[in-house]
Amino acid sequence: MEFRTALGKAIGLGSAHTGSGHWWMQRLTAIALIPLSLWMIWFLNRLVALDHTAMSTWVAHPWNSTFLLAYVCAACYHAQLGLKEVIVDYVHHTAARVCSLIVIWLGLLFLLLLAFASIVRIIANG
Amino acid sequence: MVQFNLPPHSRIKPGKTWPAPQDAKRLLTVRVYRWDPEDHDNPRLDTFLIDREQCGAMVLDALIRIKNQIDPSLTFRRSCREGVCGSCAMNINGRNALACTKAIEDYGDTLTIHPLPHQSVLKDLVTDMTLFYAQYASIQPWLKTLTPAPSDRERLQSPEERALLDDLYDCILCACCSTACPSYWWNSDRYLGPATLLQAYRWIADSRDEATGERLDALEDPFKLYRCHTIMNCTDTCPKGLNPAKAIAEIKKLLALRQE
Repeated sequence: MEFRTALGKAIGLGSAHTGSGHWWMQRLTAIALIPLSLWMIWFLNRLVALDHTAMSTWVAHPWNSTFLLAYVCAACYHAQLGLKEVIVDYVHHTAARVCSLIVIWLGLLFLLLLAFASIVRIIANG
Repeated sequence: MVQFNLPPHSRIKPGKTWPAPQDAKRLLTVRVYRWDPEDHDNPRLDTFLIDREQCGAMVLDALIRIKNQIDPSLTFRRSCREGVCGSCAMNINGRNALACTKAIEDYGDTLTIHPLPHQSVLKDLVTDMTLFYAQYASIQPWLKTLTPAPSDRERLQSPEERALLDDLYDCILCACCSTACPSYWWNSDRYLGPATLLQAYRWIADSRDEATGERLDALEDPFKLYRCHTIMNCTDTCPKGLNPAKAIAEIKKLLALRQE
């Protein structure tokens, strides 16, 4: 039995006063990923052609390492924002939703740190 | 999780096929979703055959003919029969529309009519609009001002200010757009939906209203507003040719701009 009014349900918990930041960052990272992804495709093409030493030297160049780090940051952040939307849309069970969001957030943070550590190592050796 | 299949008691069974009228010149097949809460049975799809020559031009005319001539228990909402009241919103051949503004001729010789999608059904084509109206009420759809009204005249608006309300004030709250929106299907308990958001923007865009910030505050929420992923089914289906997706985008734009 439920006596809660329809208006009460519609108002719910009220406004969380958040969401515009997420919306803005999703678009910002999407814009950044257009040139960065094109650069990434070009980079992956070179990766096949060059040997390890030549590649390390190439990646260690400030422009290239900056682009690589920028791509990793934008891609991980964008993926986190996008996957969060999918979970929030479709997973309605509160505990499952919160757990999924934690796994996504920590997983992508770990991936980002792993990528950073790897790139820094190449730069240091290059 | 979101439920992608209908629950067992909501799955549609084949229904009754009513006999064709005698001496019919041009037959129209109308398949209609039927469900009566008192039957304690699954919904069914009944097939009616009517003579096109004996029936008016619009889909609503076909339904009225069925109710008058074949089965008086067929239940649907209708009132103005000219696309102004929004009562006869239903799903016709897979798209939400007003039965009174859609010509039978445009659909060929078969009509398949369901209630608005993802709404709970009260009977046949009548759905429960309680939450939809409550969501509309929740955005406080009335003029809110601090400045008292002039004592000798109405609150003035320039023609340019008034023009900002075009294609917003025309919404008739038929719910075609909200019930066509997948985000509204999955999260209607928390997402306000395109119709309510278009109405919210109608008051945000009103030059006489002084609660714009308060209105934006109330909408800035991951669920209430940001479940809109610009799928644009709302704009595609609106029987009045309005653009709820654009109104929602304007709200998002204002929320971003007031921070920069």
